[in-house]
Amino acid sequence: MNGNTKQSLYIWSVVVAFTAITVILGDSLGMLSKYPENLALSLTEPLNNGMRWFVVTFGWLFKAIAWVFDWPILFAKTVLHAVPWVAMLVLATYAAYRAKGYGLAVFCAMSILYMVTFGFWEQSLNSFSLVVVSIPLAVAIGFGIGTWGFMSERAYRAIMPTLDLMQTVPAFAYLLPILLLFGFGSTVGLVASVLFAFPPMVRNTIIGLRGVPQPIIESGIMSGATPSQLFWSVRVPTARRQLLLGINQTTMASLSMVVIASIIGGTNDIGWQVLSTIRKALFGESILAGIVIALMAMILDRMTSGFAMRSASLDLAEKKRRQRGWLICGGVVLMTALMAHLIPILSVWPKELIINPAPSMNAGLEWFFLEFRVVLDNIKQTAFFYLMLPIKIGLNQAISPFSWGFSMTPLVTTVYVVLVAVPVAFMVIKGRYLLAVWAALIGLLLYSGLQGVAWTALCMIIIVIGWQTGGRSLAAWIAAGLAFILLTGIWNPAVISLYLCGVAVLIAFVLGSAIGIWASENDKVSVLVRPVIDTLQTMPLFVILIPFVMIFKIGEFTALLSIVIFAIVPAIRYTEHGLRNLSKEVVEAATAIGSTRMQLLFQVKLPLAVPTIMLGLNQTIMFAISMLVITALVGTDDLGQQIYIGLGDGDFAVGMTAGIGMAIIAMIADRITQSISRKMQAKLGIRLEQGA
Amino acid sequence: MSVNDSFTPKLSCRNLWKLYGPGVSGFLSDESRLPQNGGDGKLLAQSIREQGGIVASADVSFDLMPGEIFVIMGLSGSGKSTVVRCLSRLVEPTSGEILLDGLNLLQASPKELIDFRRYKMGMVFQSFGLLPHLNVFENIAFPLKLQGMPLQDRSARVERVIALVGLEGREDSYPSQLSGGQQQRVGIARSLAVEPEVWFLDEPFSALDPLIRRQMQDEFLRLQQELHKSIVFITHDFLEALRVADRMAIMKDGAVVQIGRPVDLILKPEDSYVREFTNDVPWELILTAGDIASDNAPPEGVREVSADTKVCDLLPYLSEHDSGVAVRTADHSLYHMTGKDVIAALASGMSTTTTAKS
Repeated sequence: MNGNTKQSLYIWSVVVAFTAITVILGDSLGMLSKYPENLALSLTEPLNNGMRWFVVTFGWLFKAIAWVFDWPILFAKTVLHAVPWVAMLVLATYAAYRAKGYGLAVFCAMSILYMVTFGFWEQSLNSFSLVVVSIPLAVAIGFGIGTWGFMSERAYRAIMPTLDLMQTVPAFAYLLPILLLFGFGSTVGLVASVLFAFPPMVRNTIIGLRGVPQPIIESGIMSGATPSQLFWSVRVPTARRQLLLGINQTTMASLSMVVIASIIGGTNDIGWQVLSTIRKALFGESILAGIVIALMAMILDRMTSGFAMRSASLDLAEKKRRQRGWLICGGVVLMTALMAHLIPILSVWPKELIINPAPSMNAGLEWFFLEFRVVLDNIKQTAFFYLMLPIKIGLNQAISPFSWGFSMTPLVTTVYVVLVAVPVAFMVIKGRYLLAVWAALIGLLLYSGLQGVAWTALCMIIIVIGWQTGGRSLAAWIAAGLAFILLTGIWNPAVISLYLCGVAVLIAFVLGSAIGIWASENDKVSVLVRPVIDTLQTMPLFVILIPFVMIFKIGEFTALLSIVIFAIVPAIRYTEHGLRNLSKEVVEAATAIGSTRMQLLFQVKLPLAVPTIMLGLNQTIMFAISMLVITALVGTDDLGQQIYIGLGDGDFAVGMTAGIGMAIIAMIADRITQSISRKMQAKLGIRLEQGA
Repeated sequence: MSVNDSFTPKLSCRNLWKLYGPGVSGFLSDESRLPQNGGDGKLLAQSIREQGGIVASADVSFDLMPGEIFVIMGLSGSGKSTVVRCLSRLVEPTSGEILLDGLNLLQASPKELIDFRRYKMGMVFQSFGLLPHLNVFENIAFPLKLQGMPLQDRSARVERVIALVGLEGREDSYPSQLSGGQQQRVGIARSLAVEPEVWFLDEPFSALDPLIRRQMQDEFLRLQQELHKSIVFITHDFLEALRVADRMAIMKDGAVVQIGRPVDLILKPEDSYVREFTNDVPWELILTAGDIASDNAPPEGVREVSADTKVCDLLPYLSEHDSGVAVRTADHSLYHMTGKDVIAALASGMSTTTTAKS
């Protein structure tokens, strides 16, 4: 055992000892166990007063900006609505064909037909016009800031942490100050969407410009390029693909924020359609509208990524052919527009002809619930009592005659202690001391639950994890973050966030890496899984909620399921990617030595893929947190709910502190997992680039 | 090889230093320690390294004569790429002088420098440095476009260099559609399009397969016979250096170990480091009849060859004619050379032979 592991063993033993003391002594520890409420600074009043003063003083400025922004939105809306749907169909279908061929063209045409015939055309256009205005703004801002960060090292160092913060602050939290400053209206959606959508463009711009190979730059300089020629004729075109990927990500972020922004209401767009129908429990309607969002997301994603991936290198004949194609398409658009003037159905789909299967869908659902109520309830109850509650409030309180069939008598406690002690003892005998200490800690946490464990112990555990993975500076950083959460009095909802997110990540990661491993070993599985996770990833967050709310109604279990299903995406993707992209030589060498397939997987591939899988865990956590906030809609009582409440009441302080608290949790998790991955990379002597 | 009658250097590199690391300019502030002021360059480099500085180039000086191919040869990390980048100011030298036609490049303003690069210099890169979004024609025309040359002149110029490097018919291809050899032809054509006076080639053929490399070297020599550029050619391949060089410099640890004609390096290696390289050289490819011929006068009636005939070309003849050949030197005197002389020369490792007669 070397000095390092010895040191961590001591540290962890201290942590376990302290946690054990807090568990045994319980509430008699007083302040050390329950964070005293009077120690929380009451920031609510001053923050709200500050914001009120700011709004009163500078409100005119933002009102003016809002007024300016209203024009392009109005313009986009007017233009889009003036074009008959059939002309739009032709144009979009041709663009889809250019971007990715016949498949996407057919998909695009069918989607637009769906939007029209199911009566969502107007709402779709309203959402789309916001997206259309916000994308060029976000791209321009992102490209400008990215270029600045590329040119100046100092700017880079300021920009990166700001982006981290902007991308970890939950989408909901963005809306609140914007709402207060700009007042109700479409502008809120636009501003929020631009603010939310430009960071990925910044990242991609910096990555793209930095990634231009040195020889290309040198050859540009030696060709006699002036600095501006070097930038516009060498760097930007060489970084083209990365920049277009940035536009793709910006588009997706913009759409998802436009959808989320409809939560403030008053807009007749597709996001509002979904939300209002969910609230009225009209699940058929909300699913039909949700499908529209999903279709929009998929088409926008495939189209922009199609243009990004398409080769820029075309011979002259092909270029000419494309130009001619666009001309013909323009002609057809004009023709159909004229035709639409003569045949009104091509311009505005009549209300009588709208297909509306929602009532029968609702009836079908009704029948389904009646038929399967027992099964569904059982699933929900089991997960709730045997998994979620123990982690939340601990076995200590979760075990009751009502749920487990017996109560937590001293005898049961003893049995539990023995059940934990035996494997711990076994590990000690085996010499795996550190593992034994961790097992003991998990045993303690399961007994008292995240909510039941003393705040001092929980803080200590988190700080020590940070210290052990990222050194003293990370530990100090985490301590400061936790202090913020404690001092602003959001500790309790933060712990609930931690618990929901933790359970979801645990399930998503275990399940996801298992699927990822399977997919890496089996091409058929991979081909099946790929489109599913691609689709899930492009789905705007609260569309994912709909099916789960439908089946399991509101509550923590529904929240958990939606988080798991969304957070599983990176777990699968990174695991498969990590396993499939190992150095070929190592795999060949191991095969040549005579490993069986299982030996190869478990003793060669998996250990080498661990850094990538850890990055997957990192992304799993990030995905989980972004979904966690959205699940406030289905009634959780965590930080997300606080943000939601703040948004509903226009309470800046409540919403903002909760939003920053959520960002702190996300950043702590991010830094810890990143440092673990970096440590492993260093150990294995590899370097992974984390994508934007 | 071409020899220009002018004896003023086209390009001069004087006491060039390039240091990396914190506070490096301070290392050279003591003027008296600089070699041009009587200091010892090796000692200075050594002391800089001991203080934590990185010495990429240490007191490098050489002249490039008009129409000459000057090869800088060294292993990776020897500083040869740094030197060529300093010559074009892709890398800013820490101290020294670069004189192009007598003008100090290091004092050129950014604008003047751009003009130097636009009209006087061409450079070829190991990894080609082609712009992926432009086709062959556009890549070659790129420097001309930056100059603002009208399209018609551009096309004429580009067609000429395309013919020169043998890329006719590939004008519309993109770099990704070309083989390595073809990509480097594009790189060569692009650097020649501006009709440069000084041509830098940074390991131009190192990324290519051996057979292609050989072929490209031949074509490069053929081009040079036509164009008579003044060339700095970087390579890590000693045999390549021998093939193309008029003169060459061997570099180690940022410093020049020896400068001379290839045959000088082989026959009189400065130290064991240079000898290491010469050990593997197939002597018969380098040595000329003049290097080997004995001091005796030739018998009557044997075949006569000039002193710069490569030994390898004579081997078939010598194997069938015991009487050997008569070697005529530059001053028209005749010496005798037989197969035995060749064998003796190869066997002795050439350590005793002199080159007086050449």
